[in-house]
Amino acid sequence: MSAVLAVEGVRKRFGGLEALSGCSFSVEEGSITSLIGPNGSGKTTLFNAVTGFVTPDEGEVHLRGEPIQRLTPDRIYARGLGRTFQQVRVFARLSVLENVLVATSRSSVAQGLLQRTKQSERDRAMELLRYVNIARLADVPAGSLSFGQKKLLEIATILVGEPKILLLDEPAGGVNPTMTGQIGEKIRELNGQGITFLVVEHNMEFVMGISHRVVVMARGKVIAEGSPDEVRKDPKVLEAYLGA
Amino acid sequence: MKSFNLLAVSLIALVLALLLPLLALGTSALGVVVFVLLLGVSFLAAYRDERRRTWLSALIAVAAAVAYPFVFSSTQATTIVFFALLYVAIASSWNIIGGFTGYISLGHAAFFGLGAYTIALVADRLNLPGGYGLFAVALLGGVVAGIFAVPMGFIALRLRTIHSFVIVTIAYLFMYQLLGYNLQGITNGSSGLGVPQPNWSGAFFNTPFYFAALALAVLTVALAYWIRHSRFGLGLLAIRDDEDKAAGVGVDTWKHKFAAYVISAVPVGIAGALYAYFSSYIYPQTVFDPMIDLTIVLSAFLGGMGTLLGPILGAMILQPAQQLLTYYTGAAGWDLVLFGVLFLVVILLMPSGIVPTVVERMRRVRVLEAVRKADETEGVEPNTAAGGGAR
Repeated sequence: MSAVLAVEGVRKRFGGLEALSGCSFSVEEGSITSLIGPNGSGKTTLFNAVTGFVTPDEGEVHLRGEPIQRLTPDRIYARGLGRTFQQVRVFARLSVLENVLVATSRSSVAQGLLQRTKQSERDRAMELLRYVNIARLADVPAGSLSFGQKKLLEIATILVGEPKILLLDEPAGGVNPTMTGQIGEKIRELNGQGITFLVVEHNMEFVMGISHRVVVMARGKVIAEGSPDEVRKDPKVLEAYLGA
Repeated sequence: MKSFNLLAVSLIALVLALLLPLLALGTSALGVVVFVLLLGVSFLAAYRDERRRTWLSALIAVAAAVAYPFVFSSTQATTIVFFALLYVAIASSWNIIGGFTGYISLGHAAFFGLGAYTIALVADRLNLPGGYGLFAVALLGGVVAGIFAVPMGFIALRLRTIHSFVIVTIAYLFMYQLLGYNLQGITNGSSGLGVPQPNWSGAFFNTPFYFAALALAVLTVALAYWIRHSRFGLGLLAIRDDEDKAAGVGVDTWKHKFAAYVISAVPVGIAGALYAYFSSYIYPQTVFDPMIDLTIVLSAFLGGMGTLLGPILGAMILQPAQQLLTYYTGAAGWDLVLFGVLFLVVILLMPSGIVPTVVERMRRVRVLEAVRKADETEGVEPNTAAGGGAR
């Protein structure tokens, strides 16, 4: 197994606050890795740094050995790294189907001007909507979906670009237990198809259930990593959470 | 909600009804109303998913527009619709950046003025006579506007917030107005510039202008239609709804916005040149005019931002109303009162505009029907998501 994503000494400062202070860890190809840590420990900033929404002040992010810390989000996506956001986000006034179509592989602006979405892409989008059980809502404006349906739509949207690595920011946040189970199931299923996952999540039961490896952050640094069992027993982790 | 929308529609009907006594003063003006209604109705009918009906309605509308000057040949009637068509083009073009991406430009009058000065200066420097040839120069006005839009878009879109974009674009308009006043060697300052006039006879004079404006309007709407249905257009709409998310799924947001801005400048430049040619004389305050931007934005708001039909409908209602008011009440500024009232009515009662309000109503009914049917065949519990309608 090799590291498909490597974060090396990433620092990010917002004014007087250092959100990331030299953060390093790696994600192995084909794994489900979880990123946990108390609120404000820098998990989301790290996600933003990896996906190009925030440019690190220092340090590097490597995707399959190539540095990506200077690339814009759309370029990083084009290289096969997709993400979801903490707050569920859909294109509210576009239809559910159009939401998915936005994410189909993009060419240049000039080509985009001359092209329409292809039938094959529509078919693929519908297939994914069926996969997450919202195909019958294809023509509904995405803004009128329920919270859980929006989460499913996000997953379908991100999958259409055929990413190799998926970064999920709190996939089980605010979702009822049944839906949490379904989402965990989908993650495992997709992982079986070869997609690597990096998941930020607060729901420990969920994390321990699906992860191969767990990375723990506190105050902008990685303080522990290992298998779920190792991390669970690590005194530093308990300290970070309980604030000794 | 429902009664509120009905109230809004009836209020607009009331405003139009108030205009009717004014219109009754001349049959030509009545023709304008018939024309506007015909266009409006056919375009509204066009707003369906069914392709054939769309094309048929568009064809009817264009045919009506072509027939119009032959039926109502008075100068007054053709002038009013000439301006209406000009604003259909301008508002539809503005909609490509303002409506599709949500980046509201309040400085598109800058492109209008650039086009106007282009035709005046080129005709002057090259000693071109008035005639059909100047319509080709009007196209050049669009090219010049597009070229100027490159650095302007580059600066205005540097910061990734809509607010800063709005402010910078307002600044553009006044910068150009100031330049118009002060670059006296080029623009002749506040004394303005003349555009050579064709020697067409009185009754015929308006006809070429009318058809030039019609061609521009049709082509601009076609351009907006094309963009709306292209991959690029889908990217623009995604930016409007959630720019970060769009970037996160591979939309090169900066390039999309930039391209939309530059494209939307071109028809506005051509419209400015046509205006200059038609009105024969231009001044900084008439072509770099904040009222132009207000008219554009209000047209789009009234009809519905981001829809293809909205700006067309808005311009077809507002422009004739403004022209007629100015015509019958003189320069007393009643058109500004109308604009103010309409703005309030739209924002209060129909914040998304006429077209989205109507379409949403039709769509909701149809989608609910479709979902119910799907549920029946799949044997799923009825789902209320589609009706939730959190808008």
